[in-house]
Amino acid sequence: MVDGIRRMPAQYWMLVLMWIRSALAYPTSFVLMMLSTMLMTVMDFVAILLMFSHIDVFGGFTLAQMGLLYATASMTLGFADLATGSVEQVGQRIRTGTLDVYLIRPVPTFLQTAADQFALRRLGRPLQALIVLGFALGHLDLDWTVAKGIMLVVSVVAGSVIFAAIFVLGAAFQFIAIDSAELANSFTYGGQTLTQYPLAVFGKEIVRAVTFVVPLAFVNYYPVLFVLGKPAPLGLPSWIGLLSPLVAVVMVALAALAWRAGLRRYRSTGS
Amino acid sequence: MAVYWAIAARSFRRFSTYRIATVSGAFTNTVFGFILCGIYLTLWHERPGLGGYDVADALTFVWLQQGLLMPIGIFGATTTIELGARVRSGEIAVDLYRPTHLLLWWLSVDLGRALFQLTFRGGTPLLVGALVFDLTFPSDPVAWLAFAVGLVLAIVISFCIRYLVALSGFWITDSRGMEHLAQVVSSFFSGMILPLVVFPGWIGEFARATPWAATMQVPIDIWLGRNPGGTGAALVFQLGWVLVLLLAGLLVTSVATRKVVIQGG
Repeated sequence: MVDGIRRMPAQYWMLVLMWIRSALAYPTSFVLMMLSTMLMTVMDFVAILLMFSHIDVFGGFTLAQMGLLYATASMTLGFADLATGSVEQVGQRIRTGTLDVYLIRPVPTFLQTAADQFALRRLGRPLQALIVLGFALGHLDLDWTVAKGIMLVVSVVAGSVIFAAIFVLGAAFQFIAIDSAELANSFTYGGQTLTQYPLAVFGKEIVRAVTFVVPLAFVNYYPVLFVLGKPAPLGLPSWIGLLSPLVAVVMVALAALAWRAGLRRYRSTGS
Repeated sequence: MAVYWAIAARSFRRFSTYRIATVSGAFTNTVFGFILCGIYLTLWHERPGLGGYDVADALTFVWLQQGLLMPIGIFGATTTIELGARVRSGEIAVDLYRPTHLLLWWLSVDLGRALFQLTFRGGTPLLVGALVFDLTFPSDPVAWLAFAVGLVLAIVISFCIRYLVALSGFWITDSRGMEHLAQVVSSFFSGMILPLVVFPGWIGEFARATPWAATMQVPIDIWLGRNPGGTGAALVFQLGWVLVLLLAGLLVTSVATRKVVIQGG
């Protein structure tokens, strides 16, 4: 068991290299994909810039503060998508029965599904987020402390883990409802769209839902509020952002349980 | 003609088998609708009347957009993605020796798909949106008719763009990169990310003249009655792009089919 876990990073890396080589078989397509992934995220931020050509403040946030929210939202989803985004394709493998191949190989099924069609082009999103982060940090007027700096780095890691857990939960649900891949999009890509903006603008019910039901607020909103020295909504303590690593651990445990339950439920189509 | 009708009908039936996919898709569109409403309400609260829209217009834009996204196929559609895959794998050879025109065959398949998604997926977000928010609806039968015509033209324009992208595979072997790029460009210039009426200055004028504007922004503006030159001008604008893109599609088809080399096994 312990030995098995120790081998996992090397196995994952091996699968990833295999998929990168396969993607490079069509170089023109690969370059276009990389370019378009960069462009897609750039357009996303251009939309925010266009909005700020009409306004100065959005829900109490200036452009630089929005930049910080945007960058952390985009970066965390980007890392999660890079590492585990492929699990959402598991529904297709369940339907066609090609998941069987993964079950008989001497590498954990989860690793094979997570690395399935690994797409290096997905680095485009975190890269672009890094540029926006640089812009935001350059324009923010903040009293930086060591605690805030550490908090920001830790929250990006924890946020990526939370998004990754949501990807896996969505994939696990496909063992019950095949073809429901799009449902997970409302929590992953929808979650990213949501977390780009100050959550308070969506109303109290939404803030409650993304705090207590699907903890998207811990991905970046509460940590960013702490860094910016803004009070938390709903009368929550201002240090609530410090809990994001804890939330990440709980989400991973839930995702692992769901994935195992899903896999146990799997019956091959036999075709 | 009957054969194309039969293709469209079978395509419609084929999509009706993916029930869970349709429900989960409609759910996702609805969630995105609520997220965008939160954003637009804040934006229009800060700047009332932005882009000539009042708050009801802005919210109607959101729900129409979420309902029309899949029928129009802004993010690409199963049908044209399959066409791209057939060019890549060589199965396109089968399509080419059918006694039907390649473009019309796939247009029929896509129209069947669009009609299914319009009926069973497009309505749900709009219904939910109308129950929660005060939305704008066309007031007279002529406006409804104009919207229906605008919608059909929008679907044809979107199909033509996706068809050209899929056929790019004849030259670059794998059209997936191009599909991805087209998806980005079309979501930006169709008004998916932000209504084109909000785009300022030259970038706004440019965006509103592209064929992508004719796929989403223009039909929604027909619904809202907000086209700058009136509904007639909007339909003429769409019709112009339909003609240009259909001609381009026919031209590319004939060049591509002359180019194709079928490798026997």
